[in-house]
Amino acid sequence: MSSPISPPCAVERRRFLRQTAECAAGAAVTLLLAIRPARATPEEMRAAIRQTIGPAAPHDGRVLLDLPPLVENGNAVPLTVTVDSPMTGQDHVVAIHLFNEKNPQPYVASFHLGPRAGRAQVSTRIKLADSQQVIAIAQMSDGSFWQGGAKVIVTIAACVEDVN
Amino acid sequence: MAKPLIKVPPTAKKGEIIEIKTLIAHPMETGYRAGLNGATLPRDIIRRFVCSLDGEEIFSADFSPAIAANPFLSFFTRIEKSGSITFQWTGDNGFSVSETVEISVS
Amino acid sequence: MPMPRPSASTTYEKSRTSTRHPLALTIILSTALLALSPAQAANLTDNRRSGYAFMGPPLRAMQDDDMTNPASLWQRDGETLWAEPIGEAGRSCADCHGDAASSMRGVAARYPAFDRTMNRPIDLEQRINHCRTAYQKAGPLAFESHDLLALSTHVARQSRGLPIAIENSKALHPFLAMGRSLFHERQGQLNLSCAQCHDDNAGRSLGGATIPQAHPTGYPLYRLEWQGVGSLQRRLRNCMSGMRAAPYAFGAEAFVDLELYLMWRANGMPMESPAVRP
Ligand code: HEC
Ligand code: HEC
Repeated sequence: MSSPISPPCAVERRRFLRQTAECAAGAAVTLLLAIRPARATPEEMRAAIRQTIGPAAPHDGRVLLDLPPLVENGNAVPLTVTVDSPMTGQDHVVAIHLFNEKNPQPYVASFHLGPRAGRAQVSTRIKLADSQQVIAIAQMSDGSFWQGGAKVIVTIAACVEDVN
Repeated sequence: MAKPLIKVPPTAKKGEIIEIKTLIAHPMETGYRAGLNGATLPRDIIRRFVCSLDGEEIFSADFSPAIAANPFLSFFTRIEKSGSITFQWTGDNGFSVSETVEISVS
Repeated sequence: MPMPRPSASTTYEKSRTSTRHPLALTIILSTALLALSPAQAANLTDNRRSGYAFMGPPLRAMQDDDMTNPASLWQRDGETLWAEPIGEAGRSCADCHGDAASSMRGVAARYPAFDRTMNRPIDLEQRINHCRTAYQKAGPLAFESHDLLALSTHVARQSRGLPIAIENSKALHPFLAMGRSLFHERQGQLNLSCAQCHDDNAGRSLGGATIPQAHPTGYPLYRLEWQGVGSLQRRLRNCMSGMRAAPYAFGAEAFVDLELYLMWRANGMPMESPAVRP
């Protein structure tokens, strides 16, 4: 993905790099225009988590967040959350909540399950404005919370449409 | 706009855990993007999805603008009896779509 | 004089011959209407790869399964429109063409194709609009309108897996030559040609994206950047904006010539429509 551009002729190469860098810069400007407000911060993410699950401190573990480590476009990032749970009447996942660090809003979604789910696994696709950390928190029937996270690198599309 | 795509196995054994997949056409406009004239495009998202079997909820979801356009979902359920599985999406600007699929359990 | 057809097998034969008979190869290529430099021929021979090959496994998986490929939603709409009687004639596509699965099989893989009434090649979207105006007596659909994309996605879906097969007809040669020269012409404020990126620098990275070889194997397709389905012309307009060149208008003859050249350049490669791209 990151091999340098090296046409045979050095002059050509420099010109090509300059031109394509401008093109890429144009793409970056377009992207920045598309994301207007200041991005959320890790502190805002923690605040959003508190707002959703209350004061409980989630334990690390039991939640597997499967996200591609590198995505070519942040507009639809596929993810799967799997929670280690027997999914019985006594012991099951009640809900799974998703958060991210850098979108305009840190809250992404909540999924409500029950013992009838049989398997605590949900897949969807989310938008990610930038390379960042995503966190999934599972709320168990015994009132405990468990969390798992994943880091994603989001590259930006080149030569996108002009906004006008 | 298109009918949603829904994938449910038409038949299942009693007690079997089945996977359900849904795909629905929707822009999921975040409310943060600039439109053609530079003005912010108003938010237009699906906020809630509910799946029920014969009226009893088996799975639901709350969405924020961070769910990708044309939302895709996959989830599981243990199926005990034949019945109608209903899917309902509701959201901004009165968006409401509902579909029903039959499953027969042997 | 026959055109060199860049299908994987035939050009592979030629280039193998070339190591033994370099002169023979030169003659074959230089006498052809659209002579390719040996470097280009080698490029087409050895390395022709769809944009699919440049994507990571998650996006490939999204394309491969109809349930996860969002373009399925457009195709489904197209299937519905296919059967709707419309216009003054009150006829549906199905009234004349029957089941698309058989009547439209392989059709998109042959477009743009020469149209006798227009006396030039027309692309699939124009062909569909021709049926709407001439046979259904309904107005043409706007380029990039939901309904036109839905219909073209439905038609193109029936060619999935089939090899691109632009006809080797004399009537097409001048238009192919035009498309080829547009592909190689430097344009825009950045003074770049399509070929500089897509022939000379394919596989390298540009602002985070990998430059593909620009094979139009998957159109209409769902582009994540668009969050929707778009035509090949929309994709080309994006590249032209990137080059800081004024894009041609939708439906412009230059666009159809360029589409024709790109499809011919991909002859023999399997259709993926509707594909997914970043
Ligand atoms: C009244 C009959 C009629 C209707 C209705 C009609 N078509 Fe056609 N279509 C034809 C005929 C006849 C041809 C081929 C002859 C020609 O070139 O005009 C054709 C050719 C085509 C082709 C090119 C096939 C090829 O092998 O090159 C496509 C694609 C097509 N039609 C799509 C459509 C679609 C989509 C619709 C509905 C929006 C439609 N047609 C409606 C009669 C019809
Ligand atoms: C500055 C380099 C550059 C130039 C010049 C350029 N493109 Fe592109 N093109 C790209 C990149 C990068 C992509 C892939 C974008 C992405 O995936 O984000 C692309 C994608 C494409 C695709 C889509 C391929 C697929 O898999 O669907 C086609 C077709 C294409 N370009 C044709 C052209 C044509 C025709 C021209 C000239 C009018 C042109 N490009 C000029 C960089 C360029």
